[in-house]
Amino acid sequence: MQDEPTPAELIKAVADFLRSEIAPAIKGHNGFKLRVGINALDLVTRQLAFAEAGDAVEAARLKQLLDIDGTLMELNRALSEKIAGGAVDLNTPGLSEHLWQTTMDKLAVDQPNYASYKRELGK
Amino acid sequence: MIETELTRCVASFHPGATGVTGAAKLSGGASQETWTFDIVHPNGTIGAILRRAPPGYGAAPGRAAGLDAEATLMQLAHDAGLPSPKVMHVLRPEDGLGRGFIMARVEGETIARKILRDEEFAGARPILARQLGRVIAGIHGLPQAKLPKLRSLTATKEIEDLSREYHSFDWPRPVFELALRWLRDHDPGPSSETTLVHGDFRHGNLIIGPDGVRAVLDWELAHTGDPMEDLGWICVNSWRFGEIDKPVGGFGTREDLFAGYAEAGRKADPDRVMFWEVMGTLRWGVMCCGMMQRFRSGPDHSMERAMIGRRASETEIDLLRLLAPRGR
Repeated sequence: MQDEPTPAELIKAVADFLRSEIAPAIKGHNGFKLRVGINALDLVTRQLAFAEAGDAVEAARLKQLLDIDGTLMELNRALSEKIAGGAVDLNTPGLSEHLWQTTMDKLAVDQPNYASYKRELGK
Repeated sequence: MIETELTRCVASFHPGATGVTGAAKLSGGASQETWTFDIVHPNGTIGAILRRAPPGYGAAPGRAAGLDAEATLMQLAHDAGLPSPKVMHVLRPEDGLGRGFIMARVEGETIARKILRDEEFAGARPILARQLGRVIAGIHGLPQAKLPKLRSLTATKEIEDLSREYHSFDWPRPVFELALRWLRDHDPGPSSETTLVHGDFRHGNLIIGPDGVRAVLDWELAHTGDPMEDLGWICVNSWRFGEIDKPVGGFGTREDLFAGYAEAGRKADPDRVMFWEVMGTLRWGVMCCGMMQRFRSGPDHSMERAMIGRRASETEIDLLRLLAPRGR
């Protein structure tokens, strides 16, 4: 068992340092790149916090929808093939809800400030 | 030093020019560069832009129209009175600058966030959609006989190209698969009219001033095909920068865009435009995935590329909002 602080705590400490103490002093294209870097660290922090739970419920929904077992990648591949072949479509019970929930969970990690996401959250 | 070659080149097409100053690279990868510089002349300096593939980079990559075609199209647009920079010189081998062309520099803003938020553009925003409608109509009306050799694309071919590219990533995305299926089921077939299509008509490729649009740039993806493609592309949510209730670039309505298009004597087909908006949203999503692939395979192992890869999910929510809206 590894010691503390956790990866999430360490990344957050680095991102906070860069944001509050370094970013104000960096101008021009390097300033832009620094902000991209800080955004990447923030994204990783969110992924560490949310991804495990999100993946678990996604897998559970997929298993129910497809009635098969497998890794998340295998299940997503199977669903994609069924959609491509027309065996499953938006009239299939549960498909729309599954795609929406999966996508919302991704946006919560990737881009929680994206306007479409905030609109769908009801914010 | 590029200023040496530029000085010699400029003297050959602009009599009396004594040199160039302030040459600076604006953007570019290995195969295509954009430079800004000033031509020094006793009557006053002239702002200019060089767009080129440096010596050794001759062939245009897959989808690109090629720099010679771009120069021809910009000159045609300029001659037709459309907002387009004047092409001053097409590079020749003896210029030693590679392939490309030199055009007049147009002052203005290309950064979407500034155009959508800064006070300076407050007067431009309400008129832009209609104005752009007229400009796109003008582009679609450019004389076919004078067009350079361009790729020709149909909706069917675009769907297959996108499908192939997306499947090459081997990363299953059910929402993309749903969009591909929708596109195949709703393929409107060949358009009644085939015209020049700009191919990338959106923020970043438009120079905007307080008075509205001043120049249309970047004809790299120009082709012939369904004119509704350009109208759909500029409505893609990815170019609204948060202003999601203003479908045209975050500043205007589809109705204004179509009205401007009609003022210039052309008719928009809203169903076809919607089809191309879905296609455009998926296309940007696939392009984001492509950035991720290039990031992983190198040599450009940049943070920006990596982070654009993580923006594919933005297009997934936008596709769901278009194809499977909730509670409506």
